[in-house]
Amino acid sequence: MSDIADRVKKIVVEHLGVDEDKVTENASFIDDLGADSLDTVELVMAFEEEFGIEIPDDAAETIQTFGDAVKFITEAA
Amino acid sequence: MFDLTGKSALVTGASGGIGGAIARALHGAGATVALSGTRLEPLEALAGELGGRAHVLPCNLSDAAAVEALPKQAVEAMGAVDILVNNAGITRDNLFMRMSDDEWRDVIEVNLTSTFRLCRGVLRGMMKSRWGRIVNISSVVGATGNPGQGNYAAAKAGMVGMSKSLAYEVASRGITVNCVAPGFITTAMTGKLNDDQKARILTQVPAGRMGEAEEIGAAVLYLASPEAGYVTGTTLHVNGGMAMI
Repeated sequence: MSDIADRVKKIVVEHLGVDEDKVTENASFIDDLGADSLDTVELVMAFEEEFGIEIPDDAAETIQTFGDAVKFITEAA
Repeated sequence: MFDLTGKSALVTGASGGIGGAIARALHGAGATVALSGTRLEPLEALAGELGGRAHVLPCNLSDAAAVEALPKQAVEAMGAVDILVNNAGITRDNLFMRMSDDEWRDVIEVNLTSTFRLCRGVLRGMMKSRWGRIVNISSVVGATGNPGQGNYAAAKAGMVGMSKSLAYEVASRGITVNCVAPGFITTAMTGKLNDDQKARILTQVPAGRMGEAEEIGAAVLYLASPEAGYVTGTTLHVNGGMAMI
């Protein structure tokens, strides 16, 4: 697993308080990991800070799964 | 009780009577305060009177870019904004049939839209620190209406609905959002009234007197305090019994 994926996973595990093995490629933050809509906003804020990037609102809406997040950040970082 | 040591508060309209009293109350409880307003002189006078822990951040609330920048300036000055008090307000009174679009727009823009923008601007920091207090200064007329103040009453009532909606969204993050609705308070705004007008108003106030700005400051201090952590989405009416709602 890439360094980016590891860092993203760490943020997700810490923020949502879920087991690491639940955070799979297709795991949806809301449907599978128990996030509410405000959690997803906070995750995006945490990603922005960790990777020093800006994630615009329309892009943030497309980040639904762990895989989506890793893909977006890999492309943006 | 009501110890705000280590907390930072941004107060708009701090050059006015009520805003100044709010800033004094928060500062007196130990908070660092950022005083915002349009008139530099009274802001600097207040900062001088408070001594330490006071910053002056002039801002024209009808200028969207300046409003967006204000929370960032406050963070630069104080390190954080833990408490936001949206107190600034203007009036452009006119009979409804005569009210111009500009009179409507100016009041909504300064009183309601700038409140929205400032709330939005401070949320990120409050969410991260899992603690925040937003106190929006509404008005008794937002609940009762007032002839000649269709624009002002709309803005002040709008604040209440906006605050409740935001309160829902951020309650789980330790952030509370409340309103304080003053009645008739002794300020420059009410100082323009003549004795006859004042006497007429006082017949509607069971307490039989005007309120003092310090009494609004005390209400804000309570809502800003750690002790009020379970109070959110409410409007605290401070009006001498004029409207018991």
